[in-house]
Formats: sequence, structure tokens, C-alpha cells
Amino acid sequence: MEPRTAPTLLPRLAGFARLLHDAGLDAGPGRLKDATQALNHVDIALEDDFRETLRCVFVSRREELPLFDAAFDIYWAPPDPRVMAGQVPMRGRSLPLDPERAKAWLKVLGSPQSPLPRENEETPASSSGYSAQELLRVKNFDQMSWEESEQVRRLLAQSPWRLAERRTRRLAAARSGRVDLRRTARQAVRSSGELVWLLHRQPRVRRRPLVLLCDVSGSMERYSRQLLIFAHAVARREDVETFVFSTRLTRITRLLRRRELDRALDAVSKQVHDFSGGTRIGEALHEFNRKWARRVLGHGAVVIVVSDGWDRGDVGLLESELERLRRSAHRLIWLNPLLGSEGYEPVTRGMSAALPHVDDFLAAHNVVALDELGRHLAALDSRRSRR
Amino acid sequence: MIETIDEVQSKLADNRYIGDRALATSIFLALKIQKPLFIEGEAGVGKTEAAKVMADVLGARLIRLQCYEGIDLAHAAYEWNYPRQLLHIRLLGESADRRAAEREIFSAEFLLRRPLLDAIDNRDLVPPVLLIDEIDRSDEEFEAFLLELLSDFQISIPELGTIRAERPPFVVITSNRTREVHDALKRRCLYHWIDYPDLEKEIAIVEARVPEATDGLARQVAGLVHGLRDMDLYKLPGVAETLDWARSLAALGAKGVDEALVEATLGAALKYQEDLERARTQIPELVVRARGA
Repeated sequence: MEPRTAPTLLPRLAGFARLLHDAGLDAGPGRLKDATQALNHVDIALEDDFRETLRCVFVSRREELPLFDAAFDIYWAPPDPRVMAGQVPMRGRSLPLDPERAKAWLKVLGSPQSPLPRENEETPASSSGYSAQELLRVKNFDQMSWEESEQVRRLLAQSPWRLAERRTRRLAAARSGRVDLRRTARQAVRSSGELVWLLHRQPRVRRRPLVLLCDVSGSMERYSRQLLIFAHAVARREDVETFVFSTRLTRITRLLRRRELDRALDAVSKQVHDFSGGTRIGEALHEFNRKWARRVLGHGAVVIVVSDGWDRGDVGLLESELERLRRSAHRLIWLNPLLGSEGYEPVTRGMSAALPHVDDFLAAHNVVALDELGRHLAALDSRRSRR
Repeated sequence: MIETIDEVQSKLADNRYIGDRALATSIFLALKIQKPLFIEGEAGVGKTEAAKVMADVLGARLIRLQCYEGIDLAHAAYEWNYPRQLLHIRLLGESADRRAAEREIFSAEFLLRRPLLDAIDNRDLVPPVLLIDEIDRSDEEFEAFLLELLSDFQISIPELGTIRAERPPFVVITSNRTREVHDALKRRCLYHWIDYPDLEKEIAIVEARVPEATDGLARQVAGLVHGLRDMDLYKLPGVAETLDWARSLAALGAKGVDEALVEATLGAALKYQEDLERARTQIPELVVRARGA
């Protein structure tokens, strides 16, 4: 291992911070300063302590731990003694980087072959172990009609897109309600301790968080594009978590935060590998309940599942997971794009199994239906629905 | 004063807290560079316990702030004692100078000190340990308030001015990750993720914490819990559940586990009906595995 003596360490450390930054970690100058300060207190010859010191400074959420470890191994890896001059040192870890940055790093770290897989080189299906029937197709969003997106955007600007509100336990000044002792006392000081006015405060009202679970499987193909435009428009509001699923569940909240619609949808199509694959709603909900429910369903969230209910998975599982989801959400709404079409009856196996477990069953086939949804959400009672 | 990482680790162990070297390193650094330590992990892996034990190790007072939705300054930092203020003004009478009266009643004497102010404005010989527990239960407004406290160890009270800590407390913040805490707050902290312990470590924890469990029982309970953690459950049992289970079994006089005992005491480890049902179908396998642990 390269000697980590003090004079040479700082530039090396700054380089490491840059690599972490490129990998998406928050590694600004403040953290770099913390790191140098922290390293004064540990024996940097002990690799584990050195690693843990940098880790507790630069990492700030669990998801970043594997990224950090990969970056650490790549950056601080000792040159393999078996490697002869001119050969490539083995660097087994991979780190998702922007292709341009990856090339630059390869030069710096002196490894001619690509140890850093580039973001747009998708891993083949065989390596990630999901079903063979899953169609790994990245949908092309290029033909997005401009009018479509504008239409949805206009709609959301006009409609009563206020989500159901809830009362928080935080109080704000109000004309009636509980007596606000703090302000009343201050007022009384001005009148020599006489309580001339009683000032009040009331619980503040806030919008409920919204969780969107969108089905992007084959049978939903015709609608997924519009739904994503819709999701993008809604996601501009804070407190919206968005997931898509067909055979697997993918969280796209962060991807949709990009301002420009095209770039956001582009990012989604790169990240979601199972567009237009089969549907296993039960499995997807199961994954949501296990991995995400506790993190995103706090503060009385409203959950919206958008799907046509064509399900190739286990119907029993679908029922139990929906029931569980309903119990942990404030309200569970199922949007079905087929509901709007003439003569449709919810007779698909999945749909008829799901119906008894949702609070509302609404259409979502066009902009008018979405408008209806907006009204519905605005009208939701601030209390829990009776079940 | 603690000088090495080894010292932290051995003192934690002396206080019956079995932690790995990574945790000891984070604690050591938080002490040395005087930054708050942000500990995340699933429920029941020993986050709160780490702070409590650190108070014992340092010989410091533990000041605990349990967060909840809607927690605000009045509950967390300070509040004015309004009834006393009003009485005081009445006593001064109508002739009193209003400005002087106002200065008087907004002085330290009329301040009710809540945990955060207590921790910042401490007169302790050894700086206290401030535990801000389950911050994910509070809301964003409260996080924003904590920013000033955590970066500068100070609290601003409009009527009194800024109160700065002469001896900053050792701050430990815990989160169960029921929601994502804002980056700005995390940036002011060192971060540590506590995972479920491996089998040998969990046995050591049971032995340290539940001395009434005989050697064989500690091993088998840890084995049972590890079996449960490999199952597809909504809420995996944490270390706290392992300890509860070991205590329950020890209270029943068990020297080892069998199917009937597991059936009767499974509720100590699993708290959801669905999880219990699922685990009940697997009891024979779990017991076989636990005995082999």
C-alpha cells in the first residue's frame, strides 16, 4: 500500500473525495475538512480504522455504504504484487459513474481496461436472476407528444390538486382554538399584567404525503407513457414517492425530480429494466410493504396504485399484501385505465380479488379521469375512512 | 479521557455492550472532533443503548430527548414560565416602567429549561451525553431547529440572546429510518449504520445481558433468531427481541429449546400476526437449526 504519510495524504484524500462525489455521495469541502481532522486521531496504518474513519465522515445513508466500499477499494487498493510492470492491476469492485467521468478516472487510476462499468451498459438478464419471460426492453420515449405533456401540465395547474389534508400536532396562531399562552403573556406585559386579549392557536393543517405505485407491464403499455408524464407533474410537489413495477419494483422518486420532462423520462427508461414485462402485482406490493412501507408511509400517506389488474402472479398473495397496504396507509386508491372504456367490468382475476381491499376504485384512462382524481383527493376527509 | 479506539471498545464491553470495532471507531472520532454521532439501524439493534452505555463509560449525565410528531421548541429546548411572568407583572403594579418590567420577566429566572437547553447550558464537570432519540419521528421544522444546535452547540432565545455551550455535550442521534432525515442535518454529524450482529456476536450479547441464560440457552436463542431473520417476515426480530426471548425462556427454567417452548414464547420475538403464523409453520426446522448453532 502506498505510504499514507501526512504531506502526501491531503491531495490523495481530496482525490478520493472527488471520486466519492462523482459516485453520488455528498463529499464537499466541509466533509474533507472533517476527514483530515478525524484522521489526526487514528492510526492510519490500520486499514480497517482508516476505512471506518472515512466511512463515518463521508457516508450519510445506508444505501451509500456499498458505493463507499467500492470506491475505497478502487481508490486505495494496494497494487497487486503479482502484477508485472505494464499489466493491469485487478480491481474487482464496480462503481456506477457517469461514462465521461469514468473514463477520466480510469486515466487517473491507471487502469486501461474498464473496471468501472458505465451506466448505460446494462447488465444482461442472466446475471440479475429474474424471470426469463421478462422482456428487457427499454422503452423509447422519443416520440413523446408535446401536446400530451402540456395538457397534463395545464390540468395540474388548474385542478383542485390539493391533496387531502391532515391536522398536524404542531400549532399555529389562529382566531380561535386553544389559548396561546406565549403570545397572550407577551400581550399582557404591555397592559401591566392585565389579560385584555386572549390569543389562540390551532393545529396546523398539512397536505398528506402521496405514494404512487404505477404498473408499467405489457398490458399497461398504452398508458405507461401518460402515467409517467402524470407522475412527473405530480412529483414536482414535495412529499411524493413514485414507484413503478411489472415483475419488480423500482423507486423512481429521485429520477422524476429532474425538471425537464424529457430528461426525467429518459432517466426512468434507463433505470427501469422491465418495462412491458409481465405483471406480478402481489410480489411488487410485497416488496413495497417490506422494504419501503415503513419509510414512506409515515404521516398518514395516501397510496395510489395505477394498474389494470392483469396479474400473472399469486392472487392470494395479492390480496394479503393489499390488505396490509391498506392498513398502513391513510387511504388506498386503485386507478384503473380500463375502467373508462365502454362495457368494462372488473372481472380479471387480479382485479376482482383486489376490489374488496381498496378504499376507492377510479378510472385513469384520460386527462378527464385524472382531473376527477384530483377532485376526489381534494375532497378526502382529513380523518381515516370508515372501513 | 479516552485516547484510543481499543479503549472505547473495551470500556463498552466492561459495561456489557458488545459492539464491533467500526462502532467504537465512530464513537471515538465523534468524541475527538466533537461532532454529533448519527446512528441508524433497524429497530432493536442497540442504538439507544449505545448512548446510554457511553454516558456510563464517560461518567457523564445522560440527557434524553424522545422525539415525536409535533415536538417543538417549547418541549425540546425552553419555554417561558407564563403564570409566573404574569404574577410578577401584577406585583410590580401599574406604575412600573414597562421596558424594565419586560427585561425582568424575560430573564433566565423565568425560563423553563427543557432537555436541549439543559444539555447546552450545562454546569457539569464532565460534559453530558445528549441522546436525541428516534429523530425520524419528529418533523422537518424540528430538524431545521436542530441545525444551529448541532453545528455550533448553541441555542438562540430571541429575548435573551445566544446561549453557547462552554463544554459541548456528546450528542448521539438515533433514527429507525421510518423516513429520510434531511441531508443538511446529517452533514453536521458522523454517520454510523448498525447492522444485525452475526451469530457469535449475538451469543456474546445474550451472555453479557442475560446472565441467567445458561451457555447452551444463549447459543440456541441466538440460533433461533438467526433462523427467523432468514425468513421472509415483515418485521425481523432485533437484538432487543433476542434478549426478551432469552429472558422469557430463562424465566421458564429452560436449559435449551424445544418445539413446545418455542411455540409458547414466539411472541417475545415476533410482533405481527402474519409473521407469527408464518413462523409457526417452520418451528421444527427452526429448532433443529438452533440446536446446531
